[in-house]
Amino acid sequence: MRELIAFWCVRMAIVIIVAALGIIIWFLGKNGLSILSWEFLTEPPREGMTEGGIFPPLVGTLYLILGTIICALPLGVLAAIYLTEYTRQGKVIRVIRLGINNLAGVPSVVFGLFGLAFFVIYLGFGVSILSGSLTLTFMILPTIIRASEEALLAVPQTFREASLALGATRWQTIYKVVLPQAFPGILTGSILGIGRAAGETAPIIFTAATFYTPHLPRSIFDPVMALPFHLYVLATEGTHLEKTLPIQYGTAIVLLGLVLGINLAAIVWRARLRRKKRW
Amino acid sequence: MVKKDLKIIVEDLNFFYGDLKALDGVNIQIPERKVTALIGPSGCGKSTFLRVLNRMNDLIPETRLEGKVLIDGYDIYADNIDVVELRKKIGMVFQKSNPFPKSIFDNVAYGPRVHGIKDRVRLAEIVEENLKRAALWDEVKDDLKRSAMELSGGQQQRLCIARALATEPEILLMDEPASALDPISTAKIEELIRELKERYTIVIVTHNMQQAARVSDYTAFFYLGKLIEFNRTEEIFTRPRKKQTEDYITGRFG
Repeated sequence: MRELIAFWCVRMAIVIIVAALGIIIWFLGKNGLSILSWEFLTEPPREGMTEGGIFPPLVGTLYLILGTIICALPLGVLAAIYLTEYTRQGKVIRVIRLGINNLAGVPSVVFGLFGLAFFVIYLGFGVSILSGSLTLTFMILPTIIRASEEALLAVPQTFREASLALGATRWQTIYKVVLPQAFPGILTGSILGIGRAAGETAPIIFTAATFYTPHLPRSIFDPVMALPFHLYVLATEGTHLEKTLPIQYGTAIVLLGLVLGINLAAIVWRARLRRKKRW
Repeated sequence: MVKKDLKIIVEDLNFFYGDLKALDGVNIQIPERKVTALIGPSGCGKSTFLRVLNRMNDLIPETRLEGKVLIDGYDIYADNIDVVELRKKIGMVFQKSNPFPKSIFDNVAYGPRVHGIKDRVRLAEIVEENLKRAALWDEVKDDLKRSAMELSGGQQQRLCIARALATEPEILLMDEPASALDPISTAKIEELIRELKERYTIVIVTHNMQQAARVSDYTAFFYLGKLIEFNRTEEIFTRPRKKQTEDYITGRFG
């Protein structure tokens, strides 16, 4: 009897979760699918953003993602290498790790304010792709570091020993043996973090995003339109909220599709690499 | 034994994992180009001792060593010793075969490459020569690009031996190299060990006393971190001088 109750509880949990996801997708699809078209993706907004497409915010978000990858991936991986390969596990490391984990719990709006104060104002980068990417970098660094650490620790110690016993240096061992093994895990874990960065609004409101620009960004010091912020603007600050409803839903679908797509790519890629590797 | 034939001299060695004393006052003189077997029950310190010889225990946190370990007369725990150079001189084969998930060629070429050999022709020569030494060449020569992970367990272990030999070591440390292998692969490895001692000083840890008797010239019996007895293998197995040794080799404990 108890077995049965437990079974139904766990089954209900999964049903609720799947249903929630389904409802979100169905709801967005019902309201926004009609507007999706090639033009919607490739044209700028027109008529005070009540018509036209979402090309600039789409491009802006892609730029921000790219900038974030460029900054966050090397930094996070190097930090993880330091934590797992170069340090003896001790008090200092525990404190560092605690710090990193706490960073993961900081609300994203705090990162936004930090980015505004530090990158935008103090370093003088202005509201720009650079400031936004760096802010997002700090937000997802904990995710990347943790994913990388796990991937590095999953590499069997015997490989390290074999390499060192052959007279390889520590860095040679990491570079030639450990990293190639850990790479799939690092990459997929990091992509999940990047997916999060793509969808966040709060960190970029003050640091990168702009309400409207007539042109695409010309350098990393230009502000950009971005999908999440665009959605927020359309839904709260437009003069014709009703009129832009389809665009709002359309934007939401594209944003959701982008994030889900990124995550899905990570999952498929990981599955494929897992099948290949054996030890 | 004449002093110049001694490859490894260990004096008053104590080794600690934290507070645990794993090796206790070990004195041993290991001769050059002979096979020395380390036997004893699990946890007796024989593997720890083996890993002292190429400073593999450096990787384990909170270990401590007292005493002297001399290889070719140099104290390998002295401050001015380059551990990387030292390990280049000392090959190691592990209990569980651990080829890198790379091709057969890249596995054997790994050591030479990290030591700066880039020339392809030279690398190919080294790979062939050492695969032959490890008696694996004939089985793999047609496809050196194949992943090492596709080889059988016995082949993998011989590949690991080839990989270790490719750095031109003088000493070969083997940590129960055949414990995970079937009898035929084991026989191959043992035959290989007998051939390799022409060129290398071999120290082998083994659980298997018959194996020690078959392949080694000298045998050291460890018990509870102490070296109980060290002598020519036939002496150990026919006329052990210590009661504990006799009990162990006759199977009364362990």
